[in-house]
Amino acid sequence: MTLISDEGAQELRPRSELTASELLREVASVLRLSEAEAAKLGDLPEDPDEDQTMVINMGPSHPSTHGVLRLMLELQGETVLRCKPIIGYLHTGMEKTGEQLTFMQGGTNVTRMDYASPLNNELVFSMATEKLLGIDGDIPERAQWMRMLLSELNRMSSHLLFMATNGMDLGAVSMMIYGWREREEVLRFFQKVTGLRMNHNFVRPGGLAADLPPGWRDDVLRILDMLPERLEEYDTLMTGQPIWRERLQGVGVITPSEALALGATGPILRSTGVEWDLRRHDPYLRYDEVEFDLIVGSYGDAFDRYAIRLNEIRESMRIVRQILDLMPEGDYRIQDKKVTPPPRARIDESMEALIHHFKIFTEGFKVPEGEVYVAIESPRGEIGCYIASDGSPTPYRMHVRAPSFVNIQCLPHMMRSGLVADAVAVISSVDPVLGEVDR
Amino acid sequence: MADTPDETIEESSELAEVPEPEMFGCPMTDSRGQLVLHVDRDRYLDVAKQLADEGYAMCVDLTAVDYSEHMERPLPSSVTAERFEVVVNLLDITHRRRIRLRVQLPEGDAKVATLFDLHPGTEAMEREVFDMFGIKFDGHPDPSRILMPEDWNGYPLRKDFQVGTIPVQFKGAAS
Repeated sequence: MTLISDEGAQELRPRSELTASELLREVASVLRLSEAEAAKLGDLPEDPDEDQTMVINMGPSHPSTHGVLRLMLELQGETVLRCKPIIGYLHTGMEKTGEQLTFMQGGTNVTRMDYASPLNNELVFSMATEKLLGIDGDIPERAQWMRMLLSELNRMSSHLLFMATNGMDLGAVSMMIYGWREREEVLRFFQKVTGLRMNHNFVRPGGLAADLPPGWRDDVLRILDMLPERLEEYDTLMTGQPIWRERLQGVGVITPSEALALGATGPILRSTGVEWDLRRHDPYLRYDEVEFDLIVGSYGDAFDRYAIRLNEIRESMRIVRQILDLMPEGDYRIQDKKVTPPPRARIDESMEALIHHFKIFTEGFKVPEGEVYVAIESPRGEIGCYIASDGSPTPYRMHVRAPSFVNIQCLPHMMRSGLVADAVAVISSVDPVLGEVDR
Repeated sequence: MADTPDETIEESSELAEVPEPEMFGCPMTDSRGQLVLHVDRDRYLDVAKQLADEGYAMCVDLTAVDYSEHMERPLPSSVTAERFEVVVNLLDITHRRRIRLRVQLPEGDAKVATLFDLHPGTEAMEREVFDMFGIKFDGHPDPSRILMPEDWNGYPLRKDFQVGTIPVQFKGAAS
C-alpha cells in the first residue's frame, strides 16, 4: 500500500511502518500505551490482508464533514479499521491576527471562529479582557443579563443548526429545511438587535455595543411561543422513529473515562453521564440566579448526543423565559471612560468627547500586564480564552481553546469498527465547526 | 471573581513580604485570582502527575507564548525568564478548580516532555504548539504539523515570523 501525497507524514501511515503501541492507538483500542506494555500484550489485532483493505479520503470537501474536515479511513469492506482526522484546511492564522488587533477590535476576529455561536466567542474574549482590566466585577447588571439572553438564544440557534445538519447527514432531508427555518427566526432577532445575522461583534469588553431595541421582548416571546410546537414536530419526525433510532443508538459510543482523558467537553462529555456544565459548575454571568436542568445521557452514543442537544434547546428556552422576567433596567455597558467610548450625541457638542472617541477607536485602551484564562460553556463545550498582555492596547498573545478542536480527537475512538455509514453519523454527532477547529 | 485593581496591588505587596508560596516545590503565584504554578522543565511531567493524583485529571488546554519581545515580564524570583513558555490549563471536575502550569523553555533548546501519556487529549494541542512555535514534545506519538501544510517553513506564531512577508503566488495567472 503506497500513499502518495505532498502532505506525507500528516496522513494515515501504512501498517507496516507502525510500532505495536502506535497501531493499538490508531485502531483506537487504547488511548495510550507504552511500547513495552504493547509488546507484553502479545495479541495485537492481526493485520488484515492488504488486498482486502483500502484507504479512502473522506473530505476535505464532503457534505457530511461540515466544512473542510478530511478523514483518512482504512476500510475493510464497509468496516472502518482505522481513522485519522486531518485538519488545517481552513487555517487562517486567527491567533496571529489577534495579536495585531486591539482589544477593542479583537471581537471581530474571535467572532469568526465558531461561526455557529459567534456571541459565545465574543463573550469569552470580552470576559478575559475584563478580567485583565480588573473590571469584571463592575459590569452593569443589565449588560450581564443581556449577555445571558444572547448567549442562550445563540445556544438555541446553534443546536437548531445541529438538528438540521444531523438530520441531513442521516437522510432526514426535510429536517434540514426545518432546522434552518427555526434557526433563521433566531438569527432574525439577532439581526434586529446587533445589525447582523452572524459575526456580530456585539458583546464588547465592558458590556455590549448597544441596548436592546424597542419591542425586543415581543420578538423573543414570538420565538419562545413558536419553538415548542416545532420541537414536537422534530420529536415526531425523528426521536420516536425506528429508522432514526436504528441509525443512532449504539453508534459512536464513548466512555466517560475516554471522554475525560481526551479532553472532550460539552454534549459529548455529558452524553457519557458525566455532569459537567460550566453554567452550573463554574457559574459566570448570572447563571446561578436562573433555574435550569442539566441534560445528561447514559450510553455515550450518537443518540444521546442528539437527545441532549434537543433538550438543551428546551432548557435554554426555560432560561430565556426567566431572563425576560428578571431583565433589570440600567446601563448596557460600564461607564468607565477608559474602555467605554462616549455616547454618539456627546461627540457633536464636546471637543473632549470627540478626542476621546478618536483615541479609543484608533489606539484602543491599554490593558495591564498579566495573563488570564477564562472559560465558558459554548454549545460545543468549554470555550476558553487565554490572553497574555504586555500592557499595550493589543494582546501580546491571544489563544482560544476551541471545543471542536479538542472534541474532534474523539472521532477515531467513536468510529472504532463501525461502518462507513455510521462514520457520517459520528461526525455529525460531534458537531464540529471547522472554522473553530482550524482557526 | 470580583477583584478590583486595588485588591490586586494589595495581594502582590503581601506576596513580596511573606516567603513565596509553593506547591510541590514550585513557586505558585496568583494571576487575577487564578492559580499559576511555575514549573521547572525537568519536573514538569512529575508535577503534572502529582496534580492528576490530586484530582486535576483533565487537561483542558495546552498552548505556548513566545515572549521574545517581552522578556521582562513579572515572574517569581526563583524563575528565570526564557523565550518560550508552555502554558497548561488543568481542570479538576470533582472539586471544581483550575490550575495553570507555566514552563519556561530556552530559545536554543525548546523541548519539553509530552503530556500525552498522562492526558491523551493533549495530542492535537501539542501538535499545534509544535506547528506554531517549533517547540518539540519528547515522546509525542505523532510529531507532525497539524494546521499548516507539511512543507511549511517557519513557525507562524513566533514573534519574529512577520505577517505579510509570504510571497503570494497565483498559479497559471498571466503575468
